[in-house]
Amino acid sequence: MSILLLAEHDNTTLSDATRAAVTAAKKIGGDVDVLVAGSGAGDVAQAAAGIEGVTKVLHADGDIFAKPTAEALEALILPMMDGYDVLIAVASTTGKNFAPRIAAKLDVMQLSEVVAVESADTFVRPIYAGNAMMTVQSTDAKKVITVRPTTFEKAGDGGSASVETVDAPAGPFKSAFVSEELSKSDRPELTAAKIVVSGGRGMQSGDNFVLLDKIADKLNAAVGASRAAVDAGYVPNDYQVGQTGKVVAPELYIAVGISGAIQHLAGMKDSKIIVAINKDEEAPIFSVADYGLVADLFKALPELEEELTKVGL
Amino acid sequence: MKILVPVKRVVDYNVKVRVKPDQTGVDLANVKMSMNPFCEIAVEEAVRMKEKGGVEEIIVVSVGPQQAQETIRTALAMGADRGILIQTDEMAEPLAVAKLLAKVVEAEGPEMVILGKQAIDDDSNQTGQMLGALLDWPQATFASEVELSDGKANVTREIDGGLQTLSVELPAIVTTDLRLNEPRYASLPNIMKAKRKPIDAKTPEDFGVDIAPRLKVIKVSEPPKREAGIKVESVAELVDKLKNKEGVIG
Ligand SMILES: Cc1cc2nc3c(=O)[nH]c(=O)nc-3n(C[C@H](O)[C@H](O)[C@H](O)COP(=O)(O)OP(=O)(O)OC[C@H]3O[C@@H](n4cnc5c(N)ncnc54)[C@H](O)[C@@H]3O)c2cc1C
Ligand SMILES: Nc1ncnc2c1ncn2[C@@H]1O[C@H](COP(=O)(O)O)[C@@H](O)[C@H]1O
Repeated sequence: MSILLLAEHDNTTLSDATRAAVTAAKKIGGDVDVLVAGSGAGDVAQAAAGIEGVTKVLHADGDIFAKPTAEALEALILPMMDGYDVLIAVASTTGKNFAPRIAAKLDVMQLSEVVAVESADTFVRPIYAGNAMMTVQSTDAKKVITVRPTTFEKAGDGGSASVETVDAPAGPFKSAFVSEELSKSDRPELTAAKIVVSGGRGMQSGDNFVLLDKIADKLNAAVGASRAAVDAGYVPNDYQVGQTGKVVAPELYIAVGISGAIQHLAGMKDSKIIVAINKDEEAPIFSVADYGLVADLFKALPELEEELTKVGL
Repeated sequence: MKILVPVKRVVDYNVKVRVKPDQTGVDLANVKMSMNPFCEIAVEEAVRMKEKGGVEEIIVVSVGPQQAQETIRTALAMGADRGILIQTDEMAEPLAVAKLLAKVVEAEGPEMVILGKQAIDDDSNQTGQMLGALLDWPQATFASEVELSDGKANVTREIDGGLQTLSVELPAIVTTDLRLNEPRYASLPNIMKAKRKPIDAKTPEDFGVDIAPRLKVIKVSEPPKREAGIKVESVAELVDKLKNKEGVIG
């Protein structure tokens, strides 16, 4: 079995999600080659070479990969798949964007958002917003898989794989990157944070998210939100946690003014400890919360900030 | 130009599905079915483009059972012009759907296909991208804004870190995200009008596409259950539990 795995990175730093994907790859078994497609991403290639269990790093460097489009990744990866049995990508907006193109060209069904590897051809993935888990066996000769990084351990360092250069495809391509507007934050990234504090429609406005920010700062937490809070414009779209947003599984998830719709639960119910603060004691979020506090958030959040200060945070 | 909008009939998003005791699937008997919410957004976007001018025809297509006709009717009532039902009682996988859609594109010659980013039943998020590859068309997935100009589409996309804008040459694939628009409710007169709009009946065999599944379902099981925990009386008690019992803060 030989596996090609696309690294997630921002040209400077290798994302931890890649390490989780390496763990999934090792469960399948065989050689794991990591492909770094980037622009000036030499450090990323070096970091990938240091991951325990990686056989080889392939580094494609080119302007086109500063912000890779699905078409450019297809042009790079499809010819490489002659030499591999399995393609693995992280189920991020990058992985979800390009991987199905490769699957279609290889005439195989993609296995999306895999959360467990049962064997080299059998995988578990959530369906219906995680209300059911489906175990599927792929009958295709090659496999294209996207993995949910929160359910796999991060592979550590200790490897010393070689780095080989591969050519970036020349193009031209029918799509082009124009611009990007990234949310800036000094806080940890939502899917990687140990603690996540999320607000919902109950927050009433974007300004009120300051109340959550203060808690997040004390806990070194990321801030997330429900779809309702994003749709109302309180916070940017990339804060959305849920079936169609981000999936998080931190040590501690604090849901504030969030009712607990199935689509929201799909994105956070694998958190280790869940806390819910809601003024409605019937809110469904309480049915998954380890600790529920029935309270008005506008009273509870300042109190929480104070209590955290008291314990030295 | 013509726009093609594939729509899927799925379990209504308000329904909490139950796994069948024999673990062969989820129980869909007597469960409310609706158009996939992301497909509604796709239909709405196409209708808005037509209202702005420059779009002559919106064709909706669904691969599914006879009842998927209702889903097509809903799209017609929202403003699409005609429908194609590719009827099958098999659960067509995204790859098979993409192959059928590629055939429809060949036959109809649309300059844009707008799909949902994800069907909320299988949560695959792949059909649009697969169609793009099969046609060798560029794609702009997870769209929150689409602007047409000079044979191109400028599309703003919702990505993990924020927003990204791509320029794609037409013909192109667009898949919708939640913030693209808010779908309209069809008015009664439009629902009546939709009853007279044509729906073509086809089968996968008509297109010569083999839709045999590639993934064999071994079992469908309940996700691990989370038990409700306790209610705390005060914020102080909450902080005490998190710090001293669970050790997750401090
Ligand atoms: C296709 C589709 C995809 C979706 N994807 C997602 C997704 O990925 N993520 C997601 O989150 N949702 C998603 N949704 C939306 C989901 O169905 C719910 O509508 C949404 O999660 C509700 O957000 P909310 O809990 O913030 O708002 P509401 O349901 O309105 O709940 C607000 C809560 O705040 C509480 N509250 C109000 N004021 C206070 C106060 N002062 N103090 C304390 N509590 C207060 C209320 O009691 C209530 O429980 C999706 C829906 C669809 C159709
Ligand atoms: N059976 C189907 N019939 C028509 N369109 C479909 C079908 N399955 C998927 N699609 C389209 O593909 C999108 C993404 O679905 P999926 O890849 O299954 O998550 C949907 O929102 C539809 O636009």
